[in-house]
Amino acid sequence: MNIHEYQAKALLRSYGMPVPEGRAATTAAEAVDAARALNAPVTVVKAQIHAGGRGAGHFAGKPEGRGGVRLARSTDEVSNAAGAMLGEVLVTKQTGPMGRLVRTLYVESGCDIARELYCSMLVDRGTGQIVIVASPDGGMEIEEVAARTPERILKEYIDPAKGLCDYQSRDLAVRLGLTGREIRAFQNVVRSAYNAFTGLDAAIVEINPLVVTGSGDLLALDAKMSFDENALFRHPELAKLRDVHEEDPREREAAEYGLAYVGLDGNIGCMVNGAGLAMATMDIIKMEGEEPANFLDVGGGASKERVAAAFRILIGDPKVRGILVNIFGGIMRCDVIAEAIIAASHETGLSVPLVVRLAGTNVERGKALLAESGLTIIPADDLGDAARKIVSAVRNAGA
Amino acid sequence: MSILVNQSTKVITQGFTGAQGTFHTEQAIAYGTRMVGGVTPGKGGSLHLGLPVFDTVLQAREATGADASVIYVPPAGAADAILEAIAAGIPLIVCITEGIPVQDMVRVRAALERSDSLLIGPNCPGIITPDECKIGIMPGPIHRRGHVGIVSRSGTLTYEAVAQTSAIGQGQSTCVGIGGDPVKGMDFTDVLERMIADPDTHSIVMIGEIGGTSEIDGAELIRASGTRKPVVGFIAGATAPPGRRMGHAGAVITGGHETASAKIEALREAGIHVAPSPAELGTTLARVLG
Repeated sequence: MNIHEYQAKALLRSYGMPVPEGRAATTAAEAVDAARALNAPVTVVKAQIHAGGRGAGHFAGKPEGRGGVRLARSTDEVSNAAGAMLGEVLVTKQTGPMGRLVRTLYVESGCDIARELYCSMLVDRGTGQIVIVASPDGGMEIEEVAARTPERILKEYIDPAKGLCDYQSRDLAVRLGLTGREIRAFQNVVRSAYNAFTGLDAAIVEINPLVVTGSGDLLALDAKMSFDENALFRHPELAKLRDVHEEDPREREAAEYGLAYVGLDGNIGCMVNGAGLAMATMDIIKMEGEEPANFLDVGGGASKERVAAAFRILIGDPKVRGILVNIFGGIMRCDVIAEAIIAASHETGLSVPLVVRLAGTNVERGKALLAESGLTIIPADDLGDAARKIVSAVRNAGA
Repeated sequence: MSILVNQSTKVITQGFTGAQGTFHTEQAIAYGTRMVGGVTPGKGGSLHLGLPVFDTVLQAREATGADASVIYVPPAGAADAILEAIAAGIPLIVCITEGIPVQDMVRVRAALERSDSLLIGPNCPGIITPDECKIGIMPGPIHRRGHVGIVSRSGTLTYEAVAQTSAIGQGQSTCVGIGGDPVKGMDFTDVLERMIADPDTHSIVMIGEIGGTSEIDGAELIRASGTRKPVVGFIAGATAPPGRRMGHAGAVITGGHETASAKIEALREAGIHVAPSPAELGTTLARVLG
């Protein structure tokens, strides 16, 4: 689960992270009030969307215009910046061409920047340990730094038995070229990030840039946090930070039924059990020359209701011109799948070609139910057969 | 011969009396797995499915001499269940549970590395040596005893590989689903080195997916081993967009080596026969075996 910058900063601040003063605003008037309250010589107005690259982005319809992070030196400038961003669609490298609608701004005190560093924390899958990643090259995309100058990416692995040790953050500070009291300030940044990371089951904490100010203080100028979905059950307080506007409505509906769904741009809807088989099904549709409309894993022991919900999401997607159901039953029983498809089709109406491939547990019973249902279903024997049949059905229907 | 499990492997179930534990233990008994008991805290001393129930894994291990434990405990308690099995000295632990918080697995991984236990999973179908020992949730009847070793990150795609190898008249020596989580127990290299050394495994099918680099490590192990056993590979997720998690917590592309194309390239360079489509795992193997 992703959250906004202003939410991440509030959380990190509660763990002791130094962050600039700031306030969230949803109207230009609120933004002006926020700037007045901050009473800083320079104010920064930042669009809040769940994507990076905001400063270098542009607003839809204004490819030459300014991005989603603007400096303001007066309340008029704050008002103008807010008016230019709120309700507009911000397009960045990470949003894709569709961009994201800006509904909230973060109004923050500006600061003088002497240096920009990078600092993040995540779980490294190779070692199975939490790793701190730091770089003296803050303010840029870290992937680019890693690709061009890998020697400027510093890493420190945290042994779960010992936890974060102060000598590790001290060592990193020195390798980043920090001196004097900056070292202790950096240790505080790392400690706050670590406590937030472990305390909230974060998937990532990323501070970029982490700035050294002219007076030698450290400040988290931008902050990104996301959380392990599997651990949200023990952090109910995080639920209110979810911004449903940032999520694909199809994905949101799927999540309510415990389905793993990712919306894509093609026109063949797929419903599969198992993530690997679901990806393989997408792949084979593409190999046959069409594009999948989604990734959808109904999971291992899905109930009839859950499968019916999955099927309704596919039928309800206006882009979907054909549906491929590919089930290899293990725990999942093919007869349950068949009953769910029949129920959902009768309820919602089936207006596109449907190919169903069933294999595994109770396959004969599942096939018999589909055959007796009176629905126009194209049965398939195996994965290759299923992909060829749905692609040809969609093309014939479109012709 | 086979790897990791065979007809003499004695197995207990953790989360024994729950719905999942009950159903899959029944299935395992029916398959012929040597189930010797189970653990449900608070129900020690009773019988379930005709087998003794224990309060702790240590009691179960001492009373039954179990070689392996399979875990069907819900996500909130699953990491602790693995840690308990490690502490009790269970040699092989198979965790089926899906949805364990990743930072819990960080602690488990550290404990594993300080122990002699092996972990398969979590979030996996388990392990099966056909006609001898089935530990996990895979459908037993699709398997045939034979000489193809199968290792995979995905559950149902493993079944696909099993069905396709059975369809060409081959059977399986041992099938291991290592699971789709980013921090887990055994990885491709751990399973592949055992399959390369196993005289009963004559060929190998390895099925990976996007995210992480463990398929590349596996390919490197195969190349370096100089094995003459044919290896067929497949990587799922060629059509997955970067940055989007594809169901498995581990199936997300965050770096250049994690794409399907980078992995396919690494597999080919190691001499692995990459199936052109997930429907051609069996036919590719048949062609390679001649």
